[in-house]
Amino acid sequence: MKNAFPDSTDELEIGEIVYQDTMIDTVRDILKKYDHNPTRLMDILIDTQSEFGYIQPLIVAEISRQLNISNVDIEQTLSFYHFFSTKPTGKYTVYLNNSVIANMMGREDVARTFEREAGCKFGEVSADGLIGLFSTSCIGMSDQEPAALINGTVFTMLTPFRVKEIIRDLKGGKKLDEIIVEGLGDGANALPEINSMVHNNIRKKGPILADGYKPGEALKKIMKIKPEEVIAEVKLSNIRGRGGAGFPTGMKWEICRNAPSDEKYIFCNADEGEPGTFKDRVILTEYPKMLMEGMAIAGYAVGAKKGILYVRHEYKYLQEYLEKIIEGGRKKNYLGRNICGKEGFDFDIRIQFGAGAYVCGEESALIESAEGKRGEPRDRPPFPVESGYLQKPTIVNNVETLCSIVKIVNHGALWYRSMGTKESSGTKVISISGDCKYSGVYEIEWGFSVTDVLEMVGASDVQAVQVGGPSGTLIGQNEFNRTLSYTDLSTGGSIIIFNKQRDLIKDVVLNFTNFFIDESCGSCTTCRNIPVMLRQKLEKILNARGVQKDIEDMIEWAKVLKASRCGLGLTAANPIVTSIRNFRPLYDKKIQHGKEYDSNFDMLAAVKESCDAVGRVPNIHSN
Amino acid sequence: MTNNVIKFLIDGKEYLAKNGTFIIDVARESGIFIPTLCNIPGIKPRGSCRMCTVSVNGRYMSACTTPISEGMDVRTNTPDLIDLRKAILEIMFVEGNHICPVCEKSGNCDLQALGYRYQILVSRFPHQYPKRTIDALNPHLIKDHNRCILCKRCIRTIKDEQGRGFFAFHKRGHKIEISIDHSMNELLTEEVAQRAVDICPTGALLKKESGYQTPISNRKYERTPIGSDIEHAHQ
Repeated sequence: MKNAFPDSTDELEIGEIVYQDTMIDTVRDILKKYDHNPTRLMDILIDTQSEFGYIQPLIVAEISRQLNISNVDIEQTLSFYHFFSTKPTGKYTVYLNNSVIANMMGREDVARTFEREAGCKFGEVSADGLIGLFSTSCIGMSDQEPAALINGTVFTMLTPFRVKEIIRDLKGGKKLDEIIVEGLGDGANALPEINSMVHNNIRKKGPILADGYKPGEALKKIMKIKPEEVIAEVKLSNIRGRGGAGFPTGMKWEICRNAPSDEKYIFCNADEGEPGTFKDRVILTEYPKMLMEGMAIAGYAVGAKKGILYVRHEYKYLQEYLEKIIEGGRKKNYLGRNICGKEGFDFDIRIQFGAGAYVCGEESALIESAEGKRGEPRDRPPFPVESGYLQKPTIVNNVETLCSIVKIVNHGALWYRSMGTKESSGTKVISISGDCKYSGVYEIEWGFSVTDVLEMVGASDVQAVQVGGPSGTLIGQNEFNRTLSYTDLSTGGSIIIFNKQRDLIKDVVLNFTNFFIDESCGSCTTCRNIPVMLRQKLEKILNARGVQKDIEDMIEWAKVLKASRCGLGLTAANPIVTSIRNFRPLYDKKIQHGKEYDSNFDMLAAVKESCDAVGRVPNIHSN
Repeated sequence: MTNNVIKFLIDGKEYLAKNGTFIIDVARESGIFIPTLCNIPGIKPRGSCRMCTVSVNGRYMSACTTPISEGMDVRTNTPDLIDLRKAILEIMFVEGNHICPVCEKSGNCDLQALGYRYQILVSRFPHQYPKRTIDALNPHLIKDHNRCILCKRCIRTIKDEQGRGFFAFHKRGHKIEISIDHSMNELLTEEVAQRAVDICPTGALLKKESGYQTPISNRKYERTPIGSDIEHAHQ
């Protein structure tokens, strides 16, 4: 009888066995690099994936043995993240963004050209193993779409013509950086350690994005005052979290400072995954020193010695650059031991990359991920400020928040409060994309109206504006007088504009709903299922089979999501709910009137296979 | 000691309890049944099924993960909450492929018992009829993904002596499933398998080569409807 569990070396050629041995050696080196620490599983898997292009069972078994955790415990992390694979993904792995903006900018033609030229469909690898084609959620390039990552290198403004060239060159054996013919991007993008064609597109500068920033100035200033005074200044500034949730930063710092612990952590959340957001990418590119300084200030204020900069995998092309900046900070003594000569003030930063999961932008999921686990949000309480990374008090702040703190320290809380509105002080860096003349990054004071913004970016013929990304609100003309602020239209930075030619339900709402389905962690019964069933309703309506009741069902079913654990589940129906509220006539136009019920059953389609098999012409009586 | 005890409201009635106790435990001790499919008393809660959702000062929270605190106004039984729980149960019935009439777990199944308690006759949601697999590679255990509600009970409790898990989630979102580590099959003994079967709230984990030891009509929830033990203990 054949062994049901064959030894993995069965039926292998000698050459393959030798290859497997060297592969195992490489994995052992990687494990050594991370001290055989299971909480560094993300890094171990990221390095393994980039070394071999995929992570096969043999490697999982080796990691399992060395870390003394079970295979399934490794696979649960491995299978959670989009950019890990257990199967070969091609010598060149293309991840083409499928966000709503990519589609608006011509993704469909680009995708079809990729398939034709590579000779395989999306989700497959070409027969020669050279090219793998995959779709991915927003990669933070909404102002230069359609865009794709090829082995981590960003290709922007793709056209069918460029895709033909790229595939031809890859087949011809050219290296990735040789095939960027457009020239390099502006600012730091052109530095050899980034060497990218990505553009910053900074359109409007405010105090955060202003020129003339002097690294270390704020750090030297706080050396003269007590940590409590730093927190008091931050509280006085009234700044709230810039990642979207809007929690008062000073309060967060104070709770963390007061939490008793021998060790504390400062996390910077650079996992911007909300479709249409790309402002943190620009800050990371142009103002990383300011960000590091903000993290060190946070460390000083709450008494943390370690910082972790969690960067989304899509921005891995910035790795060498960011590491160099950190190294430079150490040399200048802005990081490391006894910072700025202050005895006992130690603070250092490491970078943690994600591996493709929107939900990791939620602070507790981000911490889980940094601990090498699935990015499932935690139950709260306890909150990260009390028990976060490795169960230690942890602050998680957005990139822009930490940069704003540096300016608050430099110029004072009252200066900061002189900008914006009473409840929403200061400025906001926003990412604008979609149907407008000047998409890009703008730093504006809180309190601008949507109309102001539309004029600023050169948008006309506007049908709708998505404020705050898919988890935000879709508004129409009658609400363009509303203002951007925490008390009216809150946004973590994403503003997407749709003109009157767009089909909001098909192009926007369906795309956003698919996004939430793809990105749900799956832990809550509600979030795992309701969006899937809402999509079925949307598709029914788009197929002209919808009735009035389907719209009502969507509104009712969406309420069930309010029992979900985290922000993703709580907002997953926002595209549907806010579009029904603000664009009801679009739905009414697509449904059947004078009909109370439609089963959505397609008899012709149902019997097609059997009719084809027996060569019968279906004879269906319609009622 | 006294300042550790706090006052709060459940369904308008005042209660006292130790600060920090989970709402679901306080309620149980007070004779109020809050349904749950993922919680196991004494084990760190996870809040994945969402059945225990209650309203705390007007906000939905999971009762199994939320500690009680001074002055909380907890509602467990408003019409909205009852309908919400019904909806969550209905989701579970359509998400998988449940076969109550022929399931070995019938009568001992928490999901089925709650279905009766909430008088679910038909789901408002469409049946998804997913294609799901059965894993019978272990000599003692059958894992039927058709009947799994992904509560994570087995993942959280069944480990080997070194703390390594036999079960884990695989993939994410609506494609999520539970996988068994077959390289640890030798450690997954009959005794471990029995514990896994006992902790599973549905018929997703079943023992091989045994079944129907207790006849139908004589099973746990057929004798004591779910929740009635908690409610009657305080009458």
